[in-house]
Parts: sequence; C-alpha cells; structure tokens
Amino acid sequence: MRLHTVTVKQPFERVVVEHGATVLRVCRAVVGPVDADDAWSETFLAALRAYPDLPADANVEAWLVTIAHRKAVDVVRRAARHAVPVAVVPDRVLPPQGRDLDLWAAIAALPTKQRHVVAYHHLGGLPYDDVAAIVGGTAAAARRAGSDGVATLRRTYPTIDQEES
Amino acid sequence: MTFAPDIAEDDLARLHRLLVVRAAGDDLLDVAYRTVDSPVGPLLLARTPAGLVRVAFGVQDHDAVLSALAQQISPRVLEAPGQLDDVARELDEYFTGRRTTFDLPLDLQLLRGFRRDVVLHLPDIAYGHTASYAQMADLAGSPRAVRAVGTACALNPLPVVLPCHRVVRSDGTPGQYAGGATAKLTLLELETRVGVAA
Repeated sequence: MRLHTVTVKQPFERVVVEHGATVLRVCRAVVGPVDADDAWSETFLAALRAYPDLPADANVEAWLVTIAHRKAVDVVRRAARHAVPVAVVPDRVLPPQGRDLDLWAAIAALPTKQRHVVAYHHLGGLPYDDVAAIVGGTAAAARRAGSDGVATLRRTYPTIDQEES
Repeated sequence: MTFAPDIAEDDLARLHRLLVVRAAGDDLLDVAYRTVDSPVGPLLLARTPAGLVRVAFGVQDHDAVLSALAQQISPRVLEAPGQLDDVARELDEYFTGRRTTFDLPLDLQLLRGFRRDVVLHLPDIAYGHTASYAQMADLAGSPRAVRAVGTACALNPLPVVLPCHRVVRSDGTPGQYAGGATAKLTLLELETRVGVAA
C-alpha cells in the first residue's frame, strides 16, 4: 500500500472569504477605487471558472493576484477606449472611506511601475520573482521599484508602518 | 514589508452578492448554499441547478459537509442565500406546522444503490406516522437488510425533507438520528401535535 497526502480543494466560498480583501486592495492600488470593483468581479468570476482545474496544492493567493493583474489591465484598456468627458460624475461606487483614504491617494500618485510592484508584492504578497514576471524586468529591478515606492509612501503617509501585518 | 489597508465589510459583501449573480448567469454556480435557523438547530441547505442536494444539521459540522460537497459535486461552491429562498420558505412552513409534505426539486446524485432505494421510499411514511427499520427494509424490497436501512437513514443526504426521522425502532422508541436523538424527538412531536390538530 502506498501512503500519500491528499490535498483537499476547498469550496470556492472559502477562497472568496480568505482572499477577497487582499484582491480588492490590489485592484484599488492598480486601477483606482472606482474601477477596482469591476476588476475584482472579473477576477473572481474568471477564478471561479478555472478553479476546478487549479492544482489542489497551488498557491491560491498568488494565482488570484496574477488573474487580478490581467483583469486590471483589461479594465484600464476598456476605460481608455470608452473615456469620454462627462459633465457629471456618474453615480457609481463610492470611493473607499475612512482613515486609509489618504493611503489610496498616495498609492495612486506613485509612478506606474512602483505602484504595480507595491500592489502585487506589498499588498498582494506575491514574491518579487513572480512580480517581475508580471511587470517586466528583473526581480532585482522590481525589488528596487518596490522600495522606492514604499519610501515615497512613508514620506506622504507617515502612519503606514502602523499598517504592517 | 507588507501592509493591509482596511477594506470595509460592506464593500466585500456587495461584491460577493454581485459575484453570485454573475456566477449563476454564467452557469458557474454548481453548488449554492445557505444556513437557516430551525427548532432542530442551524440547518445547512445546499442545491445544484437540478435541485436541493444536501440538508445538514449543525452537529454534522457544516464546514466539513461543504468540503465534502466540493469533492463529491464541484468545488464551485458559493454562499448564495437567494438561491435557496424556496427551500427556506417550505422548511419554515413545515416547522410552523403549516406544511406536511415538501414540493421541491431534489438532486439525488449523492445517493446510489440500496441507500437510494431506501431514501426514495421515506416519503411513503405519511406525516405524523412512523415505520420500523424492518418495515422500511420490506418497502425497499430487501426484508433482511434491516441494518442497511439504518445506515441508509443515518447517511440520508436530505434529512427532514426526506423524512428518515419517521423510521423508528420496532419497540417504538425513536432510535438514532444524524441530527441527534433530541432533534428526532422534536420532529416526531411536531408532527404528532400538528397531525392531531388537523
């Protein structure tokens, strides 16, 4: 008889509960608070579709953050195609409220690459190797962009260290 | 360094509801579930597009039951209360004595062989009545399989709706129940009370 460990795939509901907030942080950092909802929905719908084929021992969070990146790119492209000047801001989702409002503004103000690295590594927990595969360049360059980004955030948003988890 | 700015629960709840709607629209909601309170404790209700597939008592560990459904049916499992409104309503009517039979689409894919034969005969026992394990074995066409009837009842994936609580010992005492002996007694007393009043 052969002994082997059986990794059991969790119900998808557990995936949403455990990683929903992380994916929303990543989406907000990459596409901004308004389009983040679209990116989040597209991410989890795509993930739900592909979930039965995901190996049971896969890193679910890294998988979701990678999908979130693809969907965020789609959302940005779509928004660019449909961008028309409007007199009145459409009645959409309220931007995030509360004490982290300044943090989202500070992240939004970062140069694109720094913002992406902060989103995928610092908010999404993706290792630098995986981040580099997404944003291009080497892992070392991604690490540098990340520290530059965080240094800027520390200056513009001094309480960031209280956010560490 | 990682950091985790606050995300409001409301935002996640709203996105979750939207995900359920879109998943159902794209035929990706393989198993929808909710829990309801009842006189026999919290009940987990799960359905597939075909119908109600699982009812589970709190003592059966809802997390474990959901994991089993993810293995047996599909890991595309989401909490989707609205998808089970009809089931919740009929159960509420049953527990308040306004309903004696269920009229719900059922998905019997968790049942095979003899267990399926036994469970499908459970509704033959009328509301407010009981049958012995031996009588059930007769009904299922295997008079000697009394112990197997006990097993089939214990593993009934749709308790309450398919009334395994109406199968009792030959001496009239309630016997075992997946939801616990007290739950079985509660259901039998409810049906006796309502049956007498009717």
